[in-house]
Amino acid sequence: MKCGVVVFPGSNCDRDTVYAVESAGGEAFYLWHKETNLRGADCIILPGGFAYGDYLRTGAIARFSPIMKSVIDFADKGGLVFGICNGFQVLLESGLLPGAMMINKTLKFLGQDIFIRVEETDTPYTHDYYQGSVLRIPVAHFEGNYYADGDTLNLLEKEERVIFRYCERDGKISEKGNLNGSLNNIAGICSENRRVLGMMPHPERASAPILGKSDGFAMWKSLLKYFGEVA
Amino acid sequence: MKARVYVSFKDSVLDPQGKAVKNALLSIGYEKVKDVRQGKFFQIEMDDMSEAEAKRQITEMAEKILSNPVIEKFEVIL
Repeated sequence: MKCGVVVFPGSNCDRDTVYAVESAGGEAFYLWHKETNLRGADCIILPGGFAYGDYLRTGAIARFSPIMKSVIDFADKGGLVFGICNGFQVLLESGLLPGAMMINKTLKFLGQDIFIRVEETDTPYTHDYYQGSVLRIPVAHFEGNYYADGDTLNLLEKEERVIFRYCERDGKISEKGNLNGSLNNIAGICSENRRVLGMMPHPERASAPILGKSDGFAMWKSLLKYFGEVA
Repeated sequence: MKARVYVSFKDSVLDPQGKAVKNALLSIGYEKVKDVRQGKFFQIEMDDMSEAEAKRQITEMAEKILSNPVIEKFEVIL
């Protein structure tokens, strides 16, 4: 399984992501935002950071970079695309996932560990988890307050496309566990074909037991298993 | 030719920054403030062209990149 990790000017989680994929036994390489060739990647990852300085809106300018045209074509043909944090924001701006990000309800940058619940496991990224598992995982964002209109929210819920929700330590879905104010506590959603996933928390920062956090590791394992590379 | 583009949240979207500004205004004594919505302002200078063509191009820019139609609306003034 080969992951192409896109590097925009301002990306800052690209190395962590490559490291996490490799530590799970996958192959990973960088794709510069000016490239258009995805070099045979099985999965494209849009990493966290501040692409193009987040000027105008988060992800708004990144979405028009040369690589994104190829990434959108790849997704349209059923390719796997995974956006983390700023990468999720780029996916929303490019229309690969529905909705938009608003500034956190606290009006503060959130940089801390939080809890999310795994809502659905029938995606290439989450099938190695148990449904309902609670993950302790870091977030680091200012615009993570997920918004979509009522019809879109209903559709996401009906099609079981909310993959992660913010929750309390015991898995309870509440306003208390929803630090950024996202509608329906949404922390991650997938596309209709379940092959494009966006999430605000950082699994690549919770993938090394030696650092005390490994709840994100099963995402890379899920991907590898999806491609039949781990039993 | 100069154009102005105002981008603001749709009425149906909560604006946490606007709300904070409103609370600040109330707290320093502007008791009559009913609501505040915060937005963005762009001043765009174009080469000479017809007003209709400038309006067409700038409206396209506003739809494509200056605003996010999921949460924002815009107004173009020439």
